[in-house]
Amino acid sequence: MNRNQRVPSSRCLSAVEVKSKFGAEFRRFSLDRSKPGRFDEFYGLLQHVHRIPNVELLVGYADVHGDLLPINNDDNYHRAITTASPLLRLFLQRKEEADYTFGTNSLTRKKNAVLSAVLLRPDTNKKKPPVIISLPKDFRPVSSIIDVDILPESHRRVRLYKHGQEKPLGFYIRDGSSVRVTPQGLEKVPGIFISRMVPGGLAESTGLLAVNDEVLEVNGIEVAGKSLDQVTDMMIANSHNLIITVKPANQRNNVVRSGGGGGGATSGSSGRSSDSGASYYGYSLQSATASVPSHIIQNFPAGELESDEEDEDLVIEAGGEAEDITGTPSDYSMASLPRYQPHLNLRPPTTTSPLAIDANGTMPGSSSSGSLSYAIAPSGTPSPERGTDRRTLEEEGTVITL
Amino acid sequence: MTRTEETVWQDPPVSTVPCLTVPVCPLSRPQSVEHGFPHQPSALSYSPSLQLLAIGTRSGAIKLYGAPGVEFVGLHDENAAVTQVHFLPHQVELVTLLDDNSLHMWTLRAHQGHSELLEIGRFTLTGPPGAPPSVTRVTAVMAHSSGELLLLGTEGGHVFIVEVPGFRELEERNISLDQVASGVPDNYIGRRNLEHVEALQENPVNPNQVIIGYGRGLIVICDLERRCSLQHIPTTQQLENVWWTEDGHDILSSHSDGSYCQWIVGREDVNEEVEKSDIPYGHFPCKAISKIVQLPTQEGPPFLMFSGGMPRASYGDRHCITVIHRKTHVALDFTSRIIDFFAVRDGPQHTGDPSALVVLVEEELVVIDLQTEGWPVIQTPYLVPLHSSAITCSHHVSTIPLKLWERIIAAGDLQKTHYSKMQWPITGGQNLAPDPPQRDLLLSGHEDGTVRFWDASGVCLHPMYKLSTAGVFHTDADPNDNMNQGSEGEWPPFRKVGCFDPYSDDPRLGIQKIHLCKYSGYLTVAGTAGQILVLELNDEAAEQTVEANVVDLLQGQEGFRWKGHTRLDVRDEPVLFPPGFQPFSLVQCQPPAVVTALNLHSEWKLVAFGTSHGFGLFDYQQKNTVLVKCTLNPSDQLALEGPLSRVKSIKKSLRQSFRRIRCSRVSLRKHHVNNAAKLQEANARLEVELAEMELAPVQRKIEARPSDDSFTGLVRTLCFADTFLSDSSHNSPSLWAGTNGGGVFAYMLRLPPLEHRAEEAVTAQPAKEIQLMHRAPVVGIVVLDGHGSPLPEPLEVAHDLARSPDMQGSHHLLVISEEQFKVFTLPKVSAKMKLKLTAIDGSRVRRVGVAWFGSSRSEDYGESGLVILTNQGDLHVVSLPTVKMQVQHPCIRREDVSGIASCVFTKHGQGFYLISPSEFERFSMSTRCLVEPRCLVEAPLHRSSSPRRRPQADGGSSAHRTPRPDSEDSEVLQEIQKSLEGDQMSFVGNNVSAVA
Repeated sequence: MNRNQRVPSSRCLSAVEVKSKFGAEFRRFSLDRSKPGRFDEFYGLLQHVHRIPNVELLVGYADVHGDLLPINNDDNYHRAITTASPLLRLFLQRKEEADYTFGTNSLTRKKNAVLSAVLLRPDTNKKKPPVIISLPKDFRPVSSIIDVDILPESHRRVRLYKHGQEKPLGFYIRDGSSVRVTPQGLEKVPGIFISRMVPGGLAESTGLLAVNDEVLEVNGIEVAGKSLDQVTDMMIANSHNLIITVKPANQRNNVVRSGGGGGGATSGSSGRSSDSGASYYGYSLQSATASVPSHIIQNFPAGELESDEEDEDLVIEAGGEAEDITGTPSDYSMASLPRYQPHLNLRPPTTTSPLAIDANGTMPGSSSSGSLSYAIAPSGTPSPERGTDRRTLEEEGTVITL
Repeated sequence: MTRTEETVWQDPPVSTVPCLTVPVCPLSRPQSVEHGFPHQPSALSYSPSLQLLAIGTRSGAIKLYGAPGVEFVGLHDENAAVTQVHFLPHQVELVTLLDDNSLHMWTLRAHQGHSELLEIGRFTLTGPPGAPPSVTRVTAVMAHSSGELLLLGTEGGHVFIVEVPGFRELEERNISLDQVASGVPDNYIGRRNLEHVEALQENPVNPNQVIIGYGRGLIVICDLERRCSLQHIPTTQQLENVWWTEDGHDILSSHSDGSYCQWIVGREDVNEEVEKSDIPYGHFPCKAISKIVQLPTQEGPPFLMFSGGMPRASYGDRHCITVIHRKTHVALDFTSRIIDFFAVRDGPQHTGDPSALVVLVEEELVVIDLQTEGWPVIQTPYLVPLHSSAITCSHHVSTIPLKLWERIIAAGDLQKTHYSKMQWPITGGQNLAPDPPQRDLLLSGHEDGTVRFWDASGVCLHPMYKLSTAGVFHTDADPNDNMNQGSEGEWPPFRKVGCFDPYSDDPRLGIQKIHLCKYSGYLTVAGTAGQILVLELNDEAAEQTVEANVVDLLQGQEGFRWKGHTRLDVRDEPVLFPPGFQPFSLVQCQPPAVVTALNLHSEWKLVAFGTSHGFGLFDYQQKNTVLVKCTLNPSDQLALEGPLSRVKSIKKSLRQSFRRIRCSRVSLRKHHVNNAAKLQEANARLEVELAEMELAPVQRKIEARPSDDSFTGLVRTLCFADTFLSDSSHNSPSLWAGTNGGGVFAYMLRLPPLEHRAEEAVTAQPAKEIQLMHRAPVVGIVVLDGHGSPLPEPLEVAHDLARSPDMQGSHHLLVISEEQFKVFTLPKVSAKMKLKLTAIDGSRVRRVGVAWFGSSRSEDYGESGLVILTNQGDLHVVSLPTVKMQVQHPCIRREDVSGIASCVFTKHGQGFYLISPSEFERFSMSTRCLVEPRCLVEAPLHRSSSPRRRPQADGGSSAHRTPRPDSEDSEVLQEIQKSLEGDQMSFVGNNVSAVA
């Protein structure tokens, strides 16, 4: 075991060059790529080389894309070893010291900057679970089921977070007919249904929507009586923050309510958003969520719910710098919006939303290269969408000073 | 009675706007008027006693017209074409026959001082049980001069007699086929099958005698009293129509082989003697003469008029009416299919010389003056074909100053010299509508490069002036190619009449945008090939060269290739422009894409224009380009390669021409096909189509709008404003442009002082750019002053017609995208308020206008509001400056895409949209500004045309001279009159003395 000696990678492809950082200290060593061994051996090795035998560690590594991924089981350990080329950079942190200020610049991977923080956080309730998975709050949500407590069990309100990412929403809707129970008996009424999912699209990847689900509401507004084109336009107009209430065709996977207030804690609420819709609307609207029970914990701060990226119209003043226009500033601060900081502090530790994790699908370290890059908030830099804007504008002449 | 929607306007919700204390825009019902020429007319009738003309359409509408301003519209509940219309002689009733074999009785009933067209009864002929439907299928209708009987000839050859207006069948008086057939001479070839009743005519001198013309050719004169046939005239050709001459001596019959014959009445013994038989355009096979009319004159020979009869091979495609009088023989050649015609006659009883020939063709109404040498055309005050060339855009200007109005009229009068000076011959009814409160102008742009100016102040959309822009350019059309002038001695002697001409020499000439400044008389029009003309009103003819300025909107961007049409070729030599609007400046965009936005500021003398590639600003005083801005997204290949409009218009025009062909092939007069079978077939087809729809449902993709969508750079709106662009203490002129991709560009303009306006250059500096994050197309930009009211139009303040804007308070910018209304502060642009329309109800803004709503209660109170039309066809009023929904009303069917696209709003809460290619519907959302026909038609006092009862007729007219009795006395008079005239009913119940 030639641990503290640097092995030039070019000469020995079977060896993996490891550079491990703990605090301000570095250790360099190599591992045999073909025989990486098990994770607990590796963990012991790390404690050994850093001479911190009794310190609980969080292990993270930088993958080829510059994303910081955790190593906490055999699978992702093997993954880390096999993909390292040639250098495997490790970042160790004391579990009790693990901070959460990371993620603010994960997109700076273009610069291949040093990753400044560690992703993982131990679950304080359990001692060393056999498989440690990341907590929901460490990811950026792409979808969620909300308002479970105020909807009938047969309905599901799904929120899709577009957040300026390039992934398409990816579904189609069609006209159809559904059966309603009325005092006169069963009645066939026209309805809007999901007709197709685009493979790899946001809607499909969430697993919350399926073909033949009936669409009942879009962002709190009932679609009954509206034409297919109207509903299409409503969804597109809300595409940055789309909340669809569906009646799933498959009723077996419904969220079963635990009853009472406990259920309230498990769901976010769209009450805020549909309220806001109604307030802009001059006519009387049946605001389904106007009476959100007060005991429901509003998991999302107001600003986050109204994130409303489209409000951030880009204004370029001649000779000045571009600025985002905030929405009604008195209501909420848009200035804080571009950083997705709020997401990270949203959920209390008890919140377990398995669906959100499912939505992220791929475990860290799996072959899907960019899975974590979505999960980590884009933070300070503008969203890619806006980025392209600027690129376009930049080409156009003197006006733009970006 | 107008054709209005059922829906009722709702009172607006209580507004949060504090100043909206007086309801300014709700209406108890939407007001609407139709302008233009009815789409697909199918029947015509004229009442000489009422002096009213009735037109039935294929969509089941019935429209009555009299003196200008007198018009009525009715709509049958059945969705069936009107195949025949007949006024009951000397009554205010009329009968319509629909395609579904139902008969309908309509009347003009006086109500609150004006008349309404009402349906008062319907009737379907029922045959004996078990009889085939053909027995009762009505093919000919005759309203008897008594006004009490209706004769119905059927496909089975029977004639049913029905009492009207109650539709009571008089079975004992029916004339059955068997009765007639028994008297037919044995040697007549067609006696086994006489076929359907083709024509019914009453003897003008003996109302008891009626001709029954059968399709096979047999003509029978019957006596209604004695219920026997008096004479049989066996003709050998298929019968088309018959006409009984005024003196009752002769009968004219027209036939399918293009011949007509004249028969003498009353010579039972010499059955077969033809007085005269002629095939006017003979030798070679001719088409049928579908109608023949002969009218006597005081001195000299009668007028003979017939439609059709052209040589089949050489002129079979012409739509002609031949008029023969003395030595004059003219074949009037129309540009569309002839529906029907009649002649208006002189004299107090309308029995004198024919004075005018009224012809209804499929696309227009043509009236010919028969008393003036050369038979010139009389200009119609209504029913003008708006679509004589297809309408491509329209523009409305309210409250035209009198001076400009008169100058336009004067220019227009010079263009109307070829029209007859004769007064409009149809004079029925009285127009009771108050004079329009203001002079409004509607400008329509057409495919052939013309702009037509219409007087839109009142009910009649009256043509004022026509501007042609084609003269500025070289076009393919040869100016010598004039089809009007037939060569000398040509046979048949054709004369082209009518102005409907759907063919455009060059589609690039099409007018796409119009902007008129009513104060200065400057007009700018922009067209399909990127041409922008600036015109000035000149009362004198002028010969001048129009200089072209080519503006490269691509700004040297590399790698682009325009694959669309080329620029129009400008004439280098001076062109003589007649008095009126004369072009003095021309801008040609490069690439020559269709102009999508246009604005004119007459005070600053600037014209802004935009295409799918960018926009520009042109100084028309110095005739140079001030600013060019390319808005094109470099990745947008579609915008680069081809003109959007051309692709569309070719498709559209193809579709239209197919439709035209289809329409012209369907002959309404030939209704002898079994309709039940046709209906079944259509139903079966529909079912199959529905089943297919079930199998492959329509899907819609849900996707956020991509930033690299096509045509994001297309300029949708341009706006001039004097506002605070850079700091809040200095206002300056500015130009705003909105694009399809949700972009807004603002430029600060520096104008030299007035005294140096001609020398110093106007400059434009980029000031702001806004990218709406929802990326929806920007369809409107409005700048609001410190009071929250829209800035006035240029020169409006200078002419003391508007309050000067508030320049003290802070201005606001209102950006209207297809999805949202957003108010921004100025000069620092930050969002203040918004209304998200699409996110809420899924509709998108298609048309938007700023309107001033005057209160109906308080004379001097009014508010400005936004009027919008959505893609769902709904009208919304949105308050300003707090963008809140006020009222909503369904207006246009959402499937009617072209109707929605054609909508224009006026500045006073009205609007126009095309309900067919040839008709504008006007609607009003304002209680103050209403335009609706209000007219009165009085029931005529009975004046029999029959000489036998002339004395009584005189009595009738003397009653007319007596002072109008009140209603009680009128009943007494009615009694007396009744006893005087036997069973002739002279007064109708609704003859109320309404002119009190």
